Amino acid sequence: MLERIRRLVIKEFLAIFRNPASRMAVLVPPLLQLLIFSFGATLEVRNAGIGIFNEDLGVLGRELAARFQSVPVTFSRVVVCHSYADVRQVLNTQKVLAVVHIPQDFSQSLLAGQTAVVQVLLDGRQSNAAAVTQGYTSRIVRDFARTALASGAIARRPFAQSIPVTRVWYNENLHPLWSSMPALLGILTNLVALLVTGLSVARERELGTFDQLLVSPLRPGEILIGKAVPAFVVAYVEGGLMILAAVTFFGLPFRGSLLLLAGALFVFLLAIVGIGLWISAISSTQQQALLGVFTYMVPAVLLSGFATPVENIHPAIRWVANVDPLQYMVAVSRKVFLEDPTPDVIWPFVWPLLPIAAFTLITSAWFFRHRLD
Amino acid sequence: MIRFEQVTKRFPRADRAALHEVSVRILAGAITGVIGPDGAGKTTFLRLAAGLLVPDQGRITVLDHDTQRELAFRDHLAYMPQKFGLYTDLTVWENLLLYARLRGIPAAEGRASIDRLLTFTGLGPFRRRLAGKLSGGMKQKLGLACSMLIQPKVMLLDEPGVGVDPVSRRELWKIVQEQRDQGVGIVWSTPYLDEAEKCDYVLVLYEGKVVFFGPPAEFTARANNRTFLVEIPAEERRRLTREWLQKPTVVDTRIQGQRLRVVLRPEALVPGTPPEARDAAPAEIHHMAPTEARFEDAFIDALGGVPKDRVALVNRTASGENHHEEVVVAEGLVKRFGRFTAVDHVSFRVRRGEVFGLLGPNGAGKSTTFRMLCGLAAPTEGHATVAGVDLRKARAQARRFVGYMAQSFSLYGDLTVRQNLEFFGGVYGLRGARLSVAIRQMLDELELAPLANISAGLLPLGFKQRLALAVAILHRPAVVFLDEPTSGVDPLARREFWLRIDQLVEEGAVVIVTTHFMDEAEYCDRLALINRGKVIAMDSPDAIRNSIQSPQLPNPTLEDAFIAMLERANEATERDAAVTATGAERKGGPTT
Repeated sequence: MLERIRRLVIKEFLAIFRNPASRMAVLVPPLLQLLIFSFGATLEVRNAGIGIFNEDLGVLGRELAARFQSVPVTFSRVVVCHSYADVRQVLNTQKVLAVVHIPQDFSQSLLAGQTAVVQVLLDGRQSNAAAVTQGYTSRIVRDFARTALASGAIARRPFAQSIPVTRVWYNENLHPLWSSMPALLGILTNLVALLVTGLSVARERELGTFDQLLVSPLRPGEILIGKAVPAFVVAYVEGGLMILAAVTFFGLPFRGSLLLLAGALFVFLLAIVGIGLWISAISSTQQQALLGVFTYMVPAVLLSGFATPVENIHPAIRWVANVDPLQYMVAVSRKVFLEDPTPDVIWPFVWPLLPIAAFTLITSAWFFRHRLD
Repeated sequence: MIRFEQVTKRFPRADRAALHEVSVRILAGAITGVIGPDGAGKTTFLRLAAGLLVPDQGRITVLDHDTQRELAFRDHLAYMPQKFGLYTDLTVWENLLLYARLRGIPAAEGRASIDRLLTFTGLGPFRRRLAGKLSGGMKQKLGLACSMLIQPKVMLLDEPGVGVDPVSRRELWKIVQEQRDQGVGIVWSTPYLDEAEKCDYVLVLYEGKVVFFGPPAEFTARANNRTFLVEIPAEERRRLTREWLQKPTVVDTRIQGQRLRVVLRPEALVPGTPPEARDAAPAEIHHMAPTEARFEDAFIDALGGVPKDRVALVNRTASGENHHEEVVVAEGLVKRFGRFTAVDHVSFRVRRGEVFGLLGPNGAGKSTTFRMLCGLAAPTEGHATVAGVDLRKARAQARRFVGYMAQSFSLYGDLTVRQNLEFFGGVYGLRGARLSVAIRQMLDELELAPLANISAGLLPLGFKQRLALAVAILHRPAVVFLDEPTSGVDPLARREFWLRIDQLVEEGAVVIVTTHFMDEAEYCDRLALINRGKVIAMDSPDAIRNSIQSPQLPNPTLEDAFIAMLERANEATERDAAVTATGAERKGGPTT
């Protein structure tokens, strides 16, 4: 039995790597996703446009306006507006994400020791970017206030001391890659394992080789294992390479234990391979299998906490997130990269994977047997 | 009607032209068969005629239009590709309606011609059935009907008879013949040589070149007076087939029932030939009865006969550790899918050294029977053993003794020849030295050694088939299952294939074949004819043929016998059904 499985595993590897198309399917999507996610799909706001509508003729108003022009990384385009009509036009046409409106009495109020108001108009159609921009603009205004106070340009007032000072833990410079790369480890190994298992049986069905397998002394269980092992190995190796790339190429810290991460990845991939076999068992063509893989992947990623916190998910579908293996993997991976978690911190995120893996593997074996007769 | 002048077509990266300097004139009101094995250039020929491909050299005119300049001829042309694009989720009627609209036929006229075609093709009762649920033969009829909506002057049909059982094939022919009688020019391509005899003209293609063009009788006549039938002892016929082929005067030998069909070289018969040629002629020549030549005899002759070197096989040690006299036993096999009974109490026994054929129309249950015996499906009822192993109790165990060769190439195209053999050998429990010896022997015997490190998918067709056979017999199975093993294969390769099978059989293996192809049925010792899940006849090909012999049909072919038996069986069941129906009526209608 072991010999038969060994033969099948060797054959699977040969089939994956000797076929240019499937070699690409295994190697290219992870590479592509790595590039897209790490450089394209950042949640940072960069190279955005901002509008300045300065009605204040005083020095302070001009100084504040100048500050917005001196952050070219964030705001590469600064549009000067001269009227409300201008403001409306630049926001409407999405030339800018936000317009900072400095009122006529800005300098005057500040010099008189009164509270001055700066209005920020945001484009709510891009709510995420708008929120981030809002953060940036208020930080610029705050910095302006602090320096103005320090230089004595405006009168010191008692509550000026309570300007908050923020410090970020784990990701000190709020580097977006630090939070997305560990999540990506989960997403990509998920995709690869699912693709390899999902397509392998469907490909054999399409080519007619599956019957040739079924008439051989191989038992359904052996075929199942033979199909699962290569997918598992490929995904595991690619996961390892990603960790390496994250640390060496993208400069991420790796603060936790590699062993913990490897262990969690192991259980996670068991669950995913089970799902891949499910897809395999129900689809009769590669096209169906591919559709199955992506139908699964999209919600799995959206509910994984990769981009949005799991806590934000509506309670009605929270349970879906709770059976999404990716959610646990993303959490574990982030922790291991950025913290140095002890096993008891990780455990609550690993044990739910065990029943999920058991369920997917057992049901896929059942599916398999029943599709054969 | 269609004229090819010195047409050559070459596809990129092909080692030879798909068609080489082809010149023919195809006439209206006639059926022209385009005959040749797979890869001979049949489809290229049809696609060129349909204006779907442009020739590299030469000129093609269809209905006096140059296909490269104008496309007006397409309004009068129907082209049915091998896989006609039926919409499987639409009904028969909806498919026809859709094609009528696509062809821009006005609604009223379209409906009228749909009704006409439904009656004409006998698809009327099935008009509401989904196209995906039709049998292979009915799908072809529907495809034909769709392409006839425009009342074409030219019909190009690409292998309409392939994968269709003889009954449906005969119906397709009838449809086409009626069209011909109305003056339509028909081009019918086929890899089946026996279909050639039904055509008015044949264009015989081989490796892209024209072997012959003209009336089929003229081609067949080339082998006249050189074709003989020889009575031989049944148990020796396999050995004799091989021995006789070695003689220099023999072009071709093959088993036909209890006799051997032999085609001799012309010089073997002419008295003035050099003595050495005559001496080499079989001594039995005096006992040979001349017989009418067939198309295939002439075809093999035109290709220069079966190559002698292919026949010499390495001596093999006896195969299989099988000591059972009855290798395959089926007793009352039943397979039900829900309420549908696909196989209804099928029983037979196959002895050592026997070739057993399962024949039947599409959907008759022969594939299901076949799948149960291979261990692919579990029988609902009944009992089956392979090499003494019960298929219900130990299916995986029984599969060890089974070799399987699928109809279409189904090995791993991305793996090399050797990797394929290693994989399957390993899966069947061969390992270490035994595996490498078996592989080396197989590579040598089947002359695959020089190609051992080439991806299987890149092999030429004939070699793919050899590899498939190698995989099926590498582990020396007691039973080899063949699913239409040589349909579409070059007739020379088919001879070679069966010579190898003969040798396996001599060593005591059992071969079970399912086929639609009467030529393959001819190689069997016994045939079981399956219809509607039941065995309606089981005997040797000769006995089956003789059973329908009559003054009107003194020399029935196997296909004639097959069709006659099916008709008889269907009439009987319909009579039974009618009796039951009237009986039910008398009792006050069927209960619900």
